Amino acid sequence: MKRVLVIISLLVATVVNAQSKFEDAMTKGLGQLKDAKTASDLTDVSSFFERVGDAEKTQWLPYYYAALSLYRSAWVDKTADKDKIADKCKDFITKAQVIENNADLYCLVQQVAILQLMVDPMSRWQTYGALAKDALADATKADPTNPRIYYLQGMTTFNTPEAYGGGKALAKPMFQKSVDLFKTYVPKPFYPDWGKEDAEKMLAACN
Amino acid sequence: MPLALFQILYFSIFALQTKTIMHPTSKWLFTFLMVLVVANLAAQTRVSGIVKDNHGRIIKGVTISIKNSYDGGASDSTGKFSFKCYDKGLQTIIAKSIGYKTVQQPIVLSGTPLTVNFSLHEEINELTAVTVTAGSFEAGDKKRAATVLNSLDVVTVGGANGDITNALKTLPGAQQVGEQEGLFVRGGTGYETKQFIDGTMVANPYNASVPDIASRGRFSPFLFKGTVFSTGGYSAQYGQTLSSAVILETIDLPESSQASASVSSVFVGGGLQELAKNKKSSWGINYGYTNLALYFALVPQGPAYFHLPEFHSLDANFRIKTKKGGMIKYYTTFGASNIGIRRPNIDSSLLNNAYGIINYNWYNNLSWREYLGKGWHMNLGSSFSINTDKINLQIQNQLNQRAFTNISYIDSINTAITSHQDLSQVKAVFEKKLSGISAIRFGGEYWYGTVKSIVKDTNHLLTDNFASVFSEADIYLTNDLAAKIGVRGEYSSQVNQFNVAPRLSLAYKTGAHSQMSAAYGQFYQKPENTYYYYGNQNLGYVKATHYLLNYMRTTTLQTFRLEAFYKRYDNLIETPPTYQFDNKGSGYAQGVELFWRDKKTIKHLDYWFSYSYLDTKRQFDKYPSQLAPTFAAKHTASLVVKKFFTKINTGFNFTYSYASGRPYYYFQSVGNKYTVGDEGTTKDYNTFGCSVNYLTKIKKSFVVFVASVTNVFNSSNVYGYNYNHNGTYKAEINPPAPRFFFLGAFISWGVDRRQDAINNNL
Repeated sequence: MKRVLVIISLLVATVVNAQSKFEDAMTKGLGQLKDAKTASDLTDVSSFFERVGDAEKTQWLPYYYAALSLYRSAWVDKTADKDKIADKCKDFITKAQVIENNADLYCLVQQVAILQLMVDPMSRWQTYGALAKDALADATKADPTNPRIYYLQGMTTFNTPEAYGGGKALAKPMFQKSVDLFKTYVPKPFYPDWGKEDAEKMLAACN
Repeated sequence: MPLALFQILYFSIFALQTKTIMHPTSKWLFTFLMVLVVANLAAQTRVSGIVKDNHGRIIKGVTISIKNSYDGGASDSTGKFSFKCYDKGLQTIIAKSIGYKTVQQPIVLSGTPLTVNFSLHEEINELTAVTVTAGSFEAGDKKRAATVLNSLDVVTVGGANGDITNALKTLPGAQQVGEQEGLFVRGGTGYETKQFIDGTMVANPYNASVPDIASRGRFSPFLFKGTVFSTGGYSAQYGQTLSSAVILETIDLPESSQASASVSSVFVGGGLQELAKNKKSSWGINYGYTNLALYFALVPQGPAYFHLPEFHSLDANFRIKTKKGGMIKYYTTFGASNIGIRRPNIDSSLLNNAYGIINYNWYNNLSWREYLGKGWHMNLGSSFSINTDKINLQIQNQLNQRAFTNISYIDSINTAITSHQDLSQVKAVFEKKLSGISAIRFGGEYWYGTVKSIVKDTNHLLTDNFASVFSEADIYLTNDLAAKIGVRGEYSSQVNQFNVAPRLSLAYKTGAHSQMSAAYGQFYQKPENTYYYYGNQNLGYVKATHYLLNYMRTTTLQTFRLEAFYKRYDNLIETPPTYQFDNKGSGYAQGVELFWRDKKTIKHLDYWFSYSYLDTKRQFDKYPSQLAPTFAAKHTASLVVKKFFTKINTGFNFTYSYASGRPYYYFQSVGNKYTVGDEGTTKDYNTFGCSVNYLTKIKKSFVVFVASVTNVFNSSNVYGYNYNHNGTYKAEINPPAPRFFFLGAFISWGVDRRQDAINNNL
């Protein structure tokens, strides 16, 4: 009887251990992501999340953050090879989408498409502009209440002059919608939680 | 480490609880577990090393990990990595990075620091692999590295007036020939360059023209998503073109439904493009009417027009995406035009040569691209075109009435030609992807064409059954070394001969962004139809052999390309005064070409420079010996500059082109031969064109205003000379007007992503 108890305890301990091991890793990784300042910090964070993702196999979040940190590194380091980084990001996103497909992953697809578009906007708008737009449409289909969709949509509109169907006035309701949705938005533990301050800042900039 | 701590804590509590009544077995188990935990703690092994590729070059950003564990690190900018791991014993260490084959190897972790170095092999990958680029300029963004021009580039080349051919003339290899349409490439005639749309050859890519004035192409650059301008050494898929192939790929589905209209100084047009709600199919229709009456009233022209140039064009298309992701595309265009021009007769100041041409052209192209599964792809193409020209050349007096002089060399100018041409083509190409990105491709094509002509009341009928088979292999030995080997066999009933043309290209990657390639190929082409109207009809193929060597360095925003070539011509057609035409002509062309495009050095400024050196001579046509041909300049250079100012939504485009003087000749018939009666070289050719595009939004419509001027500085250009009947007098061939002005507005309704994207540039 005692032996059985010992074995059960051990089993429970292992499971709890594994669970907390993942949670600890996520906490650690997200902490590093928050503190990351340089491009190399961000690639290190990305590499860490990639290892967590590879080891876990059934969690999409590590791959999401692996892609997000790498994506951010491309903006921090002006000389970075954006196409190469984008390819790597897309690889992570694909791995994550195999596990779970959701609005946040589609949003990331849009961000990566814009990253590649910016390499040579004049000749790339046709391909990457379309990819970006389709990605946000997919995101809306997956979860219309995700506030980041409207923030990203607002950013594209904000950066487009009025003459071509963009501008502050059109972007404002998008940022407003994003800010409103953020008020009631409660992410699950470790789920993406960025964008609230950005949306508020942009909304203010529209006035 | 949290895990280890947790375990210790857990077992401590467990031990406390069980202390009093511990069974001997439990005790043993407990001890064992404690040992494990301690061992765990002690087994912090530092693993470090360096990652390089198979050439010994450092790779940064490689993820190093222990399988099924979170432990690991990444290589830094010096290729080094170092991390601690807490697992022990036999484990697997993994090194992976996108673009490289993942390496796994066993590792024993025991607490002693370990050094593990990795050598990663590049994966053969379409984006990083070397491309066979000798001879070709690829446009479109299918492959980043090879991109040179896209459709937006074509329309924004200053002075090109949105004409594909004019834009391609700013690339090395092409001549600045303005007195005839067509691309004159590397010492070749305009006939030696053919255009292919979705795989099939276009019989009449240009609008009807009058002598000494080049006409525009029939196709809008916005029809195409990809353009390859190949100036030599092209694939075995393309035949019946000696010097150059312009390979155009039409767009798939449009991005959105759209209505458009255009108004300009020379034309009006309107169109509709409808995308189905499910985004699986689309259709479209466009109409355009060009009339130069108003323009010619404002801007005086050299020649007098008795029928001002007038063109109607109507086109329609549908495109369907198939279930497996393939595409079925149909495009048709109908054009009608009428031009009449009167020029002074060179032999008599009292007479004029009146040249009138009425043209009808109908072009159809149907293609089907499909993935068949198991690595097989299919491309089917078919096209059907008819073209009718009614040409009337008349000697007229000062009252514009038909005149008879009884002077044979003048009266013989009176000619009426009616020519009706039709051509049907089918082409099938099958491709099988092999391991990596290697592939084999094979297929065939069949053409049936007739030309019915009435020249001065004499009937001519030419019929040709033409068939070809070809096969080609893309072989990637490594990411750095690739070969394209092909062979093509053809038979034409008109020529009544078989030919076999081998093609070979090699490419070697010399650095991360640079590569060398070489190409060799044999090319055959039927003689031009007009040769068959007179004299000997037993003419064989004309032949060219190309040898190319190319160096290219490309990054996303910069391209440098240097190419040297040698081309040999054999069996060219000679047309002696006896009308005993033969295949005994020959020639050569050799030269060096340079291309540099840079979008990086100055932000938002895009420019390219091209230079071609050409040394060529040929004996053909009336040329009694090998002579530098009239359509070949020794030095040709172009500078294209584009700048878009996002703040004012305006783009400025400038193009400067230069060509050294071209030779001209008067051939005198002496007995049964021609001799050179007079010769010379024209003065250098200079032209500076510019255009301004202003993008704006008026209510719900997007509007692009375009203003352009060719030859801003009014350089007087001479393309060559026309001689009188005995070579005692010559007259310059000039452009019909020194400048061409264009003012237009292009309006579209519907979501226009073009502007979104341009302005993401901000």
